[in-house]
Amino acid sequence: MFDLDRWQEIFQTISKNKLRTVLSGFTIAFAILLFTLLFGVGNGLKHTFEKQFAGDAQNSIYIRSGRTTKPYKGLQSGRKIQFRNDDAKFMNEKFESDIQFFSPNIERNVQAIYKGEQNRYTLRGVYPDYQPLEEAAIQEGRFISFIDLKERAKVIAIGRMVEKDLFGNRSAMGKNLNLDGISYKVIGVFSDPGGDNDERFIYTPFTTAQGIYKPNDEVDRFGLTFNPKLSVDKALAFSNLLTKMLKEKHNIDPRDQRAIRVQNYAEGTKNVQQFMTVLNIIILFIGIGTLVAGIIGISNIMVYIVKERTKEIGIRKALGATPKSIVGMIMLESIFVTAISGYSGLLIGVFSLRALGKSLEKYFILNPSVETYVVVGATIILVIAGTIAGYIPAKRAARIKPIIALNDQ
Amino acid sequence: MIRIEKLHKSYPIGKDSLHVLKGLDLHIKEGEFVSIMGSSGSGKSTLLNIIGLLDEHDEGKYFLNGQLIEHLDEKKAAILRNKFLGFVFQSFNLINYKNALENVALPLYYKGIGRKDRQKIALQYLEKVGLKDRADHLPSELSGGEKQRVAIARALATNPKVVLADEPTGALDSTTSHSVMELLKEINREGMTVLVITHEEDIAEETDRIVRLKDGVITSDEKVNKKATI
Repeated sequence: MFDLDRWQEIFQTISKNKLRTVLSGFTIAFAILLFTLLFGVGNGLKHTFEKQFAGDAQNSIYIRSGRTTKPYKGLQSGRKIQFRNDDAKFMNEKFESDIQFFSPNIERNVQAIYKGEQNRYTLRGVYPDYQPLEEAAIQEGRFISFIDLKERAKVIAIGRMVEKDLFGNRSAMGKNLNLDGISYKVIGVFSDPGGDNDERFIYTPFTTAQGIYKPNDEVDRFGLTFNPKLSVDKALAFSNLLTKMLKEKHNIDPRDQRAIRVQNYAEGTKNVQQFMTVLNIIILFIGIGTLVAGIIGISNIMVYIVKERTKEIGIRKALGATPKSIVGMIMLESIFVTAISGYSGLLIGVFSLRALGKSLEKYFILNPSVETYVVVGATIILVIAGTIAGYIPAKRAARIKPIIALNDQ
Repeated sequence: MIRIEKLHKSYPIGKDSLHVLKGLDLHIKEGEFVSIMGSSGSGKSTLLNIIGLLDEHDEGKYFLNGQLIEHLDEKKAAILRNKFLGFVFQSFNLINYKNALENVALPLYYKGIGRKDRQKIALQYLEKVGLKDRADHLPSELSGGEKQRVAIARALATNPKVVLADEPTGALDSTTSHSVMELLKEINREGMTVLVITHEEDIAEETDRIVRLKDGVITSDEKVNKKATI
């Protein structure tokens, strides 16, 4: 297969016909470069959106209470709605199959002091289920457990940034942290994909927080995730029903938007997903467009090159070149040139994306990059296109009578 | 070496066809030095193309080196050309990006000869035509006569049976023409069959036999009475 003589012949032709080589090489390299850049930038946009909506479980629902804005069943507006433990029980009984994780939640702003360092943080009293809800990842130690809950233990899991703020480079594990005058033992440190803000929370057992900060069984809010098997529409229907039943339970006008607020991420997820789909289509469209332009470009050049070589082909044929060797020569040449230049276009594209990557962040383009298989695939497509585009005129040129080719001026 | 019987050839021109060769008979023996003469349109180039397997005939028989030529596909024709025929063209037809040596070596490449041997043989033939010192020159750096010498070296490189020269002196001045003809004569003296196509009387005079062609038929075929040249 590998014929040194043939390659020497091809290398000579390539190096002695620089304009031709540069012309076809440039077309391919430029098409691949554009393809890589556009695709990379498109992916960068995608990454930005992915990041914006990361940080909480995509199927999470948060329920808060407020004051009523409409009078209902003889009750005045402006009445404060207060969730209690029985609301948690109510929801879990009514929607057992729809709920995946569930945690009531007590929130309190606390002053945290460790030795000389102090800062204000949000303390959250939660169930162990709250960890997957926030998608918090334990770095060290553990999260709140059911035993902690049962024993009303004064233990806390702190965010990575809390540890950094108060303990510097030392480990917070096992240390006692003073929160508004009450001492808690640090049992775990977690990180959160939601970023620094989400890593400045402190979690304690729900029962501990309720016992200390609430006069009775009051609850500030609920967090839950719906069964991930539910479709987006089903999930929305579920949260609507949940809202309706809670409003009924608390004697709230069904049209009252303020008394109970349910924030369903499914809604956002739906929008984001739609947006991503559109973005993907746009990126795909641009990619295909670039490729098609490249294919047309290389085809034109191949046709021109073969035309230009008609006389040379005639000479070669007169000297004893078989049609097969003529076609083979043109094909190998074009494959070689397109493959090499396609690869260099790919490299330039990938490196410029890497070099430009950081500076594009302010334009909402995050980590612009292209999957290798996509670019390699695009390069292969262009090489094949160049080959086919070269093959047809080469075949024709190899078939014409040498005498006609020789008379071609 | 070349035997042609009742050869016909026509070219389609639109709906009509132009009858170029009208039943030629020609026999050229090995080692002959023949010129084919005729004005333009007489069919001499067509005849050369058919003899050179660059074109196909319609009717009649053509034997090259005893082999009947018919139904040749491109591949067979290419192999026969490479094996039996050497071409010299009016416009030289050197490949412009290859130097003299590489041009001469090209038919050897298609013959399947290794690179080292190609170089060696090509250089021998360049030496034979007196251009050994120009081996690394591109065609654009050579004079017309030198180009034609390179082309002759190229035609000889594969050691063919017949050298076909189509107006080899057509683009050259008379002095250069003469030296090119001397070269062809020398080749013929070494035993090569040489067939020259020309419309110049004095060029034809330098060959041993003149075949005159007019309107697709041979009007005369006679030996040249050699003047004592030496």
